[in-house]
Amino acid sequence: MTTTEQRATASTGTTATPLLEVRDLVKHFPITRGIVFQRKIGAVKAVDGVSFEVKRGETLGLVGETGCGKSTTARLLVRLLDPTGGQVLFEGEDIAKRKGDGLKALHREVQMIFQDPYSSLNPRKTVGSVIAEPFAIHRMLTEKGARKRRVQELMDRVGLNPEHYNRYPHEFSGGQRQRIGVARAIALDPKLLVADEPVSALDVSIQAQVLNLLRSLQHEFNLTLIFIAHDLSVVRHMCDRVAVMYLGKVVELAPNEALYGYPRHPYTGALLSAVPVPDPAQSRRRGRQLLSGDVPSPANPPSACRFHTRCPKAQEVCSVDEPPLEDKGAGSVAACHFPLTREEVHRQDPVAAE
Amino acid sequence: MGRYIIRRLLWAVVVLIIVSAVTFIIFYALPSADPAVLRAGRSPNPALIAHIRHVLGLDRPIYVQYWLYIKGVLLHFNFGYSYQYSLPVRSLIFQRLPATISLTVGAVIVWLLLGIPVGIISAIRPRTWMDRMTMGVSLLAISAPVYWLGLVGLFLFANDIGVVHIFDGADTYTGLTANPGRWFGSLIMPWMVLAASFAAFYARLLRANLIETMSEDYIRTARAKGLPEWRVILKHGVRSAITPIVTVLGLDIGILMGGAVLTETVFDIPGVGRLAYDGIQNADLPIIQGTVMLGAFFIVIANLIVDILYAYLDPRVRYT
Amino acid sequence: MSPLLEVEDLRVSFDTEDGVVHAVDGVSYQVDTGKTLGIVGESGSGKTVSSLTTLGLTRSRSTRISGRIVFGGRDLLTASTDELRRIRGSEIAMIFQDPLSSLHPFYKVGHQLVEAIRIHRDVSKSAARKRAMDLVELVGIPDPKRRVDQYPHEFSGGMRQRAMIAMALANEPKLLIADEPTTALDVTVQAQILALLQDLQDRLGMAIIIITHDLGVVAEITDEICVMYAGRIVEHASTDEIFDAPEHPYTWGLLTSIPRLDQQRGDDLVPISGRPPSLIQRPSGCFFHPRCPYVQKRHRTVDPPLVSLPDNGRHQVACLLEPTIRRQIWNGLKAGRDPTSLRQLAGDGYPSRAPAVASTAPRAETPEVPSSGTGGP
Repeated sequence: MTTTEQRATASTGTTATPLLEVRDLVKHFPITRGIVFQRKIGAVKAVDGVSFEVKRGETLGLVGETGCGKSTTARLLVRLLDPTGGQVLFEGEDIAKRKGDGLKALHREVQMIFQDPYSSLNPRKTVGSVIAEPFAIHRMLTEKGARKRRVQELMDRVGLNPEHYNRYPHEFSGGQRQRIGVARAIALDPKLLVADEPVSALDVSIQAQVLNLLRSLQHEFNLTLIFIAHDLSVVRHMCDRVAVMYLGKVVELAPNEALYGYPRHPYTGALLSAVPVPDPAQSRRRGRQLLSGDVPSPANPPSACRFHTRCPKAQEVCSVDEPPLEDKGAGSVAACHFPLTREEVHRQDPVAAE
Repeated sequence: MGRYIIRRLLWAVVVLIIVSAVTFIIFYALPSADPAVLRAGRSPNPALIAHIRHVLGLDRPIYVQYWLYIKGVLLHFNFGYSYQYSLPVRSLIFQRLPATISLTVGAVIVWLLLGIPVGIISAIRPRTWMDRMTMGVSLLAISAPVYWLGLVGLFLFANDIGVVHIFDGADTYTGLTANPGRWFGSLIMPWMVLAASFAAFYARLLRANLIETMSEDYIRTARAKGLPEWRVILKHGVRSAITPIVTVLGLDIGILMGGAVLTETVFDIPGVGRLAYDGIQNADLPIIQGTVMLGAFFIVIANLIVDILYAYLDPRVRYT
Repeated sequence: MSPLLEVEDLRVSFDTEDGVVHAVDGVSYQVDTGKTLGIVGESGSGKTVSSLTTLGLTRSRSTRISGRIVFGGRDLLTASTDELRRIRGSEIAMIFQDPLSSLHPFYKVGHQLVEAIRIHRDVSKSAARKRAMDLVELVGIPDPKRRVDQYPHEFSGGMRQRAMIAMALANEPKLLIADEPTTALDVTVQAQILALLQDLQDRLGMAIIIITHDLGVVAEITDEICVMYAGRIVEHASTDEIFDAPEHPYTWGLLTSIPRLDQQRGDDLVPISGRPPSLIQRPSGCFFHPRCPYVQKRHRTVDPPLVSLPDNGRHQVACLLEPTIRRQIWNGLKAGRDPTSLRQLAGDGYPSRAPAVASTAPRAETPEVPSSGTGGP
């Protein structure tokens, strides 16, 4: 091996190892019974064996419906929750092993943005001190005036008026509050940003402002973003790769264009077909594929393939053998015995297959 | 549900044993007086006191005394003998209980009849003069101490010492079976006095709950269905708003059944509260123990009934 | 044929401690039997208040209401409380956003259905129960016999909304008002509920008013759309026209600011700058002017009326821009051009107030040079 080649491997080495790797992540919330002696009688299997990687600088989307475990996954990634099993490797190191200063350092590199900009800000703190909080925790920018200066720069960067430094959260609108949350999250220049439904509480005209902000910040700071949402259109707009979750499991993981163009898992197909498109001509053309029933309870998920109770393509094997998450071509991995064919995708949704 | 009730009842026994032990220890650590001395008469001599002490069993170690007491309670339902009256505590309590029950039940009816309508009317017309007035009066009623209110009542309305002779005064209590008319007459004022602060408190509580409930989405649904407003308020609003009040009511009844000490003392009603008061005055340990246990028993049982009732009132609550 | 519901110059304002909130300000629309009208707007646009007022549910001492709401020959605004009550739940029914909080938690679903039936119909309890079960079946809830004896918390989200729909249909209303009926639901369940509403409309022939912020939802099921902004209708047209040839800059903003499932991932979205105005102190002139990229000087003082297009009487818009210019701008937007580049089309080039909040373009003076691996500053 020549020296140039060695240098090349060395320089790409950092980008080749994923920033974040999730292996068989499991989170069960126990259901207990009893007043004096609590016995465990079951568990809500919120996250039940989830694995994926996030490369540096990319945006990974996590989509799914209520109870699919996407928000629990987010909380596990930033260690707001401790997993029941499995590992979260950040830069190759298990975050569960971090304690004290190591955990503090993790929280500097991994930040989270929450859904509800109303309840995630302390109403008794000024916006300035909310955004400055990370500096206080990490004892940074201690010289006089430095923190305020930096906070005002951040406010300006996220599109808030820096003069509003001394105002309280209730004086801001929903969109502005979400900007405050973003400013706080990027304050320490994190490597990974986990955004849990960052725009779903906002009005439509405000959503776009926040989405654009996140995208421009990502380019500017070379952020890696995990974007969690139930809105498939927003995810399509934001993400490089998308993981579709159903009842605590990833059922399909694919690059953006592959997933939306040619979904392989019937659940992904149904999900895409259910999204109403703001185009009346198109919605008349689309053969809507309705799933029957509701999502089953994660406390008592169906056997084997969890989707088999609602799947239009389910056969007997689906309730017996759990399909592994395997390569289905074009960079897609899906967990399905009978993945969708091109004809089926086209029949169901001529838009997607185009 | 059955298992839940059994478990709760077993807990109740544990609680009662702990309560009795604590009472025992407090009495020995901080006696209000020496029972033996009190019983020795006008010219006590040490020998007599020692003899009385021996007869009452007070010369034994405290744990032996306590063990004998608990054994009596558990095996024979025997709560000991009053030092003062030389009678079984059990029969003393049973003798006094009807008066306390009469006072409590009557007062509960009065305060519910007053508090609930006032609370509802205030809630559906908030910030009107009616609302402001009733809430102002209720604040006064809550702030007024019962013994003060009782004395004021007696001085104004009692047919012996009152300014105007309207109601029966103190020490006129007659058993319900002996003379229903006099029973009722003698209790009118105690009922009112005892109920005043409770009525006010319940009115305020119901008002606050109902105002909150009336802004719920399901109230809007009830109106959108075309229900008349009074049915929206009573069937959909009050039904939800009253549920937390049931909890408070259960506990209040439990506490009062153990003896409304102040009211019974002011009006000289021979109830359990009065018995307890006299027991403390005379360092009559078995009486104190008995009444404390009775009070604790009622509270524990009231708690249990409230919890069971809650599951019935709110179908989302389930015990296992 | 006269329309089923005719709302004329409806105005609703509330007295609050902060001042008078002009929630609805001169709104007019009609709904015909068997048709679906969509009312689209963001929070605070007055879309919910206008329909609650139709049912008389905004009446209170601090509310002022004027205009006319004619339904079946009667003006609902002048109707007595009792007359209105008899119309509510029988001729006009309503369903709401959150089906869990909209059902009473303490009563069984069947009981709530029976109640809805028996307010308006003199039938026996058992007949009403029979009908309740039929309704539960009609809205696609499996196992009606068991389900009517369950409490709302034993239902899933989708099933609860079906139960709400069953309750609304109890007396075969002529008009169903659905206020954000699918917003709280998952997307696959939303699809089921929308399909159910359409199916029920086909079978029962009622008119539907659907209130939503979701343009996808209205594109699916409506015939006509009113776009509301700050208590007013700014555009009113057939569904096809709203999506194919929208005329109002706010409608354009809504259409270009949402990411679309059928569009490949591309450039940044074009957001509407700023935020909705206060309804207490409303802007002068055109209410949308502080956020409009094409604002002209006189737009700040002149309040545009809602008028029909010269070539299409059924398409109304409240905008002071010339129709030909509007068409040019929309064609530009459709071709993917940025509003700023189209601004000069609008005329005298009077600059819009700098859309400070919307500007998200990276700035030169951004202090921190992004570092990919070294962490914080």
